[in-house]
Amino acid sequence: MIRFDSVGKSYPDGTEAVRDFTLELPSGRTTVLVGSSGCGKTTLLRMVNRMVDPTTGSVWIDDDNVADIPPVPLRRRIGYVMQNAGLLPHRKVIDNIATVPLLNGVSKTDAHRRALELMELVGLETTMANRYPDQLSGGQQQRVGVARGLAADPNILLMDEPFGAVDPLVRADLQTELLRIQRELHKTIVFVTHDIAEALALGDQIVILAKGARIAQAGTAQQVVAEPADEFVADFLGLGRGTLDLHLRETPGGTLVVDGHGRPAGRLADPSPRAEH
Amino acid sequence: MTWVLANLELIGSRTVSHLLLAVPAIVLSFVLALPLGWFAANHRWSRATLLTAAGLLYAIPSLPLFVVLPTILGIGVRDAANVIIALTLYGLALMVRAAADALSSVGAPVRLSSTALGYSPASRFWQVELPLAGPVLLAGLRVVAVSTISLVTVSSLLGVDNLGLLFVDGFQRGILAEVLTGIVATVVLAVLVDGLLVLLGRLLMPWARGSRA
Repeated sequence: MIRFDSVGKSYPDGTEAVRDFTLELPSGRTTVLVGSSGCGKTTLLRMVNRMVDPTTGSVWIDDDNVADIPPVPLRRRIGYVMQNAGLLPHRKVIDNIATVPLLNGVSKTDAHRRALELMELVGLETTMANRYPDQLSGGQQQRVGVARGLAADPNILLMDEPFGAVDPLVRADLQTELLRIQRELHKTIVFVTHDIAEALALGDQIVILAKGARIAQAGTAQQVVAEPADEFVADFLGLGRGTLDLHLRETPGGTLVVDGHGRPAGRLADPSPRAEH
Repeated sequence: MTWVLANLELIGSRTVSHLLLAVPAIVLSFVLALPLGWFAANHRWSRATLLTAAGLLYAIPSLPLFVVLPTILGIGVRDAANVIIALTLYGLALMVRAAADALSSVGAPVRLSSTALGYSPASRFWQVELPLAGPVLLAGLRVVAVSTISLVTVSSLLGVDNLGLLFVDGFQRGILAEVLTGIVATVVLAVLVDGLLVLLGRLLMPWARGSRA
């Protein structure tokens, strides 16, 4: 469990990135912090592994105040996945994945064996192990990033807009993979994004943030969409602007789901699919 | 050509002396420029001062420097140390800027991600920043290497043994072949050392192949 306890972060120039933020992130679940850029979501994420130290309040991992844990060992037990993967360009894929175990003093043989297992877990061909990051596609790099985040088998995985820089198809693919991996591993994931669709797709708990990391609403995807707390949340979700206001329309080809602008968003799946065999 | 064939042994020994002066100076410039470049790259306020000061070293005329240094340091004019120290100063003039640029060229995302992974500041420098600065460092080092190899010859005016002594001696005695040999041998040596550095770079930085020349 991760707990933010009245956390604040202000800078010497007077800007206040986070004001009095309190939240509990349950273990083994995915919490998505979603908000526009500059709302303080990344600052919150980085407080967990002390990339940023709060100016007031405290962050807890189970019963430990992170301020009492030296940053370097703390970071080595928390997985971190960032936008553009942040891979080390001078290390082969396998060594990138093995980075944290190697820092922790695991033997190279063991670290590499583990890296190969992880490559399979995240859906990468193990034949790519000896390539350099530059030789991979954006989506593949991001998979390496996820594998690296998981290498030391951390309980907590911090993901900072990890799929923000890949094209929509690859992005959807990576989201599906993350859900599959999470069903297997049950990590405590903190996921930061500005994309509400991504938040709804991945989050067990969705936290919609306004400026200064004010919690506009926290709840499940269903709660957030069915009962938006206020105008701000409804607006952020795109309710009232049409994108999430869906209707059914009968067409000769079947029932379509259309958005508020009348554009098809998908089709209604047949609840009793015809036997095809 | 007959002069060359008749004096192979002399050319060989002068080449060795030449390298014994140039190589320590090149290595020292590199090793000393690293911390200075690191400081300039990490402390914005010091950058302009440090780089300008280092650059100005190059403005010191070389012959007077060879003569003045011994009186300051209390060593002999023809001592290898005198030549090596003077050449190191010129090497620093070029290398400090290259080191600062090289270390600044390491992208913020990589610094951020290596910190997030749990590198300590020292291990981050040695295992991430320094290797990634490698291609730019190498580019700077190549210039320092050829310039140092060429500058060594100035010290032959003081009678220090190196390839430069061939053209000083050849000039005084009117042996054109000896003058030409001195010049060609110096250039060939510079080209060889430069090639060796490129090879070393490929060996140490296989990841950079193709991305930078």
